[in-house]
Amino acid sequence: MAISAQLINFMAALLLLIAFAMLAQRRILSLIYLFAWQGLVLAANSVIVAYSTGQSHMYYSALLTFALKVILLPWILHRLIIKLDVRWDVETLINIPTIMLIGIALVIFAFNLALPISQLAGTITRSTLGIAMAIVLLSFLMMITRRKAVPQVIGFLAMENGLFFAATSTTYGMPMIVELGVALDVLIGMLILGIFFFQVREAFDSLDLSHMEKLKETDR
Amino acid sequence: MNDFLQSLLSQLSQTLLVIVLAPIMLGWVNQWRSWLQNRSGPGLLQPYRLLSKLFFKDAVLAKNASPIFRISPYIQFGCMVLAASIVPIMQTNLAFSPAADVIALVGVFALARVFSSLAAMDIGTSFGTLGARREMLIASLSEPALLLVFFTPLLIAKSSSLNNIVATLAHRDFALYPSLAFAAVAFIMVLLAENARIPVDNPATHLELTMIHEALILEYSARHLALIEWATAVKLTTYCALGIALFAPWGIAASGDWEALPGALAVFVIKLAVAGAGLAALETVSAKMRIFRAPEFLGMAFLLAVLGMLTLLLLGA
Repeated sequence: MAISAQLINFMAALLLLIAFAMLAQRRILSLIYLFAWQGLVLAANSVIVAYSTGQSHMYYSALLTFALKVILLPWILHRLIIKLDVRWDVETLINIPTIMLIGIALVIFAFNLALPISQLAGTITRSTLGIAMAIVLLSFLMMITRRKAVPQVIGFLAMENGLFFAATSTTYGMPMIVELGVALDVLIGMLILGIFFFQVREAFDSLDLSHMEKLKETDR
Repeated sequence: MNDFLQSLLSQLSQTLLVIVLAPIMLGWVNQWRSWLQNRSGPGLLQPYRLLSKLFFKDAVLAKNASPIFRISPYIQFGCMVLAASIVPIMQTNLAFSPAADVIALVGVFALARVFSSLAAMDIGTSFGTLGARREMLIASLSEPALLLVFFTPLLIAKSSSLNNIVATLAHRDFALYPSLAFAAVAFIMVLLAENARIPVDNPATHLELTMIHEALILEYSARHLALIEWATAVKLTTYCALGIALFAPWGIAASGDWEALPGALAVFVIKLAVAGAGLAALETVSAKMRIFRAPEFLGMAFLLAVLGMLTLLLLGA
């Protein structure tokens, strides 16, 4: 195997590891750092893919990923949790070893699902599709199992990372215009959710989203 | 015949080396821990001084001690010597290697653990029983994780004999194996748990609420205690040697290559020293966790080992 393909595989494995670490993480601050690391690995992976395939637009995409997901979004999240004063607690709905076991099942499912597709593909990154899908599913699991709003948003952003990685591994990234649009969407979404956090806290005195299940029009 | 004699010679020299080196390795780790905590440290030979002190003392046995209590230290030491003999450190032509593969190696560690727990419960003190229970809790979780860690290199080498695995891994072309990286992290976590190191157990404490390993050997004295302490040191060294052999086997001499042996020995000692310093650093930066967090810690190790196997199957590397 060529060294670049090995490096890409290694980055994919690293991303999977970070996804699991995020799933097991108890502290919001560490969760944000892990998210930044995920962005960094993603950007590095884009650079390697760009270098080994000669697709120059991937360099811009890597730069965009770096600026947005390693610097800007973690910085916004960091400011948010300081302002909201929710630095420590992450409550999970089920205990962490159980989440891990579900995570393993999801990984096996994703790998099985991706195997026939990656056998058909001819890209250098084809074998990483399974990992990309596993990351999407794991981030989804993280959103489901967390009670508070901030970890759920981080799970959402991690899911976007997974989708980006899937796009890289199947088609060497999306067209630049689509990528710019998605990046803008994520940024605006983050800003809106940031404002939303304050509103939620004002209404319920907590960021626990299970309170929102009680919203009924007939309730008075 | 000549081949057999050579491998026997290599076997005996490496077993002897590990047994002699083990207390120094323990001293080295303690020395580094002291340095990292801004203390001057007891010196490399302190474990040897302790052993010689213990060997010259008279043993005290409880009145109701059964033969199990008396033979347990010898069995533990024997198990560790056997384990040390089947992990290749300098050359991959060990004569004892066919006796036990990696799966049997896990069994050898388990045998030692069963006897230490039986002996701890034998006297009937509450501390011994408590320690034995905790030890079994940790062991029941770390053993499957250790087995799964072995499966990744085993699948790469397509053999369960340590000789073949190390020979395959050491003499292949350079390639990045993400699966081995997963397995290596899982292995380090299992190493910390099995050797009673800091995130799981503190080797330097006698505080009844937290101790695991120390509670097991509370009733032992003199030569029995010395043998157990030595066995613990050999176990730590064997684990480090195992980690080196599986995940960083570069520089190990090919079978029958006697000229490369001094180089391989030097490389091994350097790698062991680095591993010891790294272990001390890891212990210094982490805090001991509650015992009920241990299942989570070892669950994580198990998970990483499974991930290693899965990525090997998916990526083929």
